[in-house]
Amino acid sequence: MGLQLLINFTYLIASVLFIFGLKLLSSPKTAIKGNLISAIGMLIAVLVTLINHEIISYEWIVIGLVIGTLIGIFLARMVAMTKMPEMVALLNGFGGISSLLVGWAAYYLEPQMTSFSSFTIFLTILIGGVTFTGSLVAWGKLSEFMPSKPLQFAGQKTLNVLLLTGTVVLGIISTVFPSSGFLINILLIAASLLLGILLVIPIGGADMPVVISLLNSYSGLAACAAGFVIANNVLIVSGALVGASGIILTSIMCKAMNRSLSHVLFSGFGQTSSMGSEVQGEVKSASAKDAYYVLEAAQSLVVVPGYGLAVAQAQHAVRELASLLEDNGCDVKYAIHPVAGRMPGHMNVLLAEADVPYDQLVEMDDINRTIDTVDVCLVIGANDVVNTAARDDEKSSIYGMPIIDVDKAKNVFVLKRSMASGFAGISNPLFFKENTTMLFGDAKKTLQQIIEEF
Amino acid sequence: MEIVLLAFVLVLSIFLGFELIAKVPSTLHTPLMSGANAISGITLVGALIACGSGASHIFTTILGFLAVIFATINVVGGYLVTHRMLKMFKAKKGKE
Repeated sequence: MGLQLLINFTYLIASVLFIFGLKLLSSPKTAIKGNLISAIGMLIAVLVTLINHEIISYEWIVIGLVIGTLIGIFLARMVAMTKMPEMVALLNGFGGISSLLVGWAAYYLEPQMTSFSSFTIFLTILIGGVTFTGSLVAWGKLSEFMPSKPLQFAGQKTLNVLLLTGTVVLGIISTVFPSSGFLINILLIAASLLLGILLVIPIGGADMPVVISLLNSYSGLAACAAGFVIANNVLIVSGALVGASGIILTSIMCKAMNRSLSHVLFSGFGQTSSMGSEVQGEVKSASAKDAYYVLEAAQSLVVVPGYGLAVAQAQHAVRELASLLEDNGCDVKYAIHPVAGRMPGHMNVLLAEADVPYDQLVEMDDINRTIDTVDVCLVIGANDVVNTAARDDEKSSIYGMPIIDVDKAKNVFVLKRSMASGFAGISNPLFFKENTTMLFGDAKKTLQQIIEEF
Repeated sequence: MEIVLLAFVLVLSIFLGFELIAKVPSTLHTPLMSGANAISGITLVGALIACGSGASHIFTTILGFLAVIFATINVVGGYLVTHRMLKMFKAKKGKE
């Protein structure tokens, strides 16, 4: 009894540490401390679990912990900042599969299975399984092992409905007959794994910020369900915190794209919607030298980065150019659209890596208020987030999505590989505007050419 | 009764989560995600119990063992990579 009490109190402390850790994440100044506090919470939760009298053998635990730690350290050290979305997706998946395994193992641990525990195990396996394969597919799409285009095939919806119905039936069976056993489990695991794949393959690469946020939420909910299985509060609290966090990020991402969650999940981008009006006009392009003359005279510059910045690994080059311009008396800011990149906050991390101070990063709404006074906007590898069709063309499929109004600035330079339209497949009227100049080519090379002029 | 208590904790934690996370600025959304991700590795606690319970079924130990590995990767990788990211966030120059 005494030992159990100690363990539970320690779990309470761990939960409090997680809460404080998340609270400190609300400012970049305290965030490092917050992460450490959260990690300490995890450490004491793990240590105190080890003195639990239910645990009698330690060999496998130690081996498992060592292997996991080594792989974890390796992954965290090796990953490039541009690859952060992939990393988060992968880790998410590991959390999911772990919850699934815990749920599965719980079947054999409980001497007498009640309907309630059987139901919670069902939920754990289902959410864990969907999180695992869903995250793996997201990882595959992000790292381009798989085509990042939406994959759709005939009868996909019917298959999803059938699979979902089947899963629900399995859930009912396992709840009504708690000791239904091995076969039901296997079927359930197979169904949840398949469901995870089917849910993510029809979603396109540009919608990945939503998917990653949602899967993040699922991984929390899976841990939460596992908490119900082993009747453990610390799992429930932390799982719920993560679940809530994922849901908030998901809704922020959806709002920033002006799409409902169900629209993101169930319709591949560009397939169900019209392409909007054809844009007519002439595109101006210029050389790095021309851009240099304009930039050199500019009093204010706003950089609008997009996923292309990550692809071209151009964050350091941008920073270098910005420093030169600052020395030249120019005021430099970075405007970050909420869905720029492949995950929430992706651009902020990239720019932080290049030593851009976070107080130079400005959110969309704030920059839009003053953008008409800006001398030069430099759009790097962003397309849809500056597409004026979203604001002006009611027929466009992205109409209504909030954008950064770069076209209102005095000069706009767009760094782009070619005239190919963005991921959404929608042409961008911005490129045809009077004050827009295209700088074609690899973003990093173009920036370096401009820097050489100084 | 136990079910009700667990449900209580769940519902209140969700509300707490919403309050906490809504205050995180968008600059920190990626570290928030990877940090939250690491927290979801708390399922490691369940994995440890499953792995070490010495159940009559060797199968349970194997499931638990695999769960320990995956959850540990999630926890260790998640916290370390979050730390790595957060270290890069700096205020205006002059301080460092």
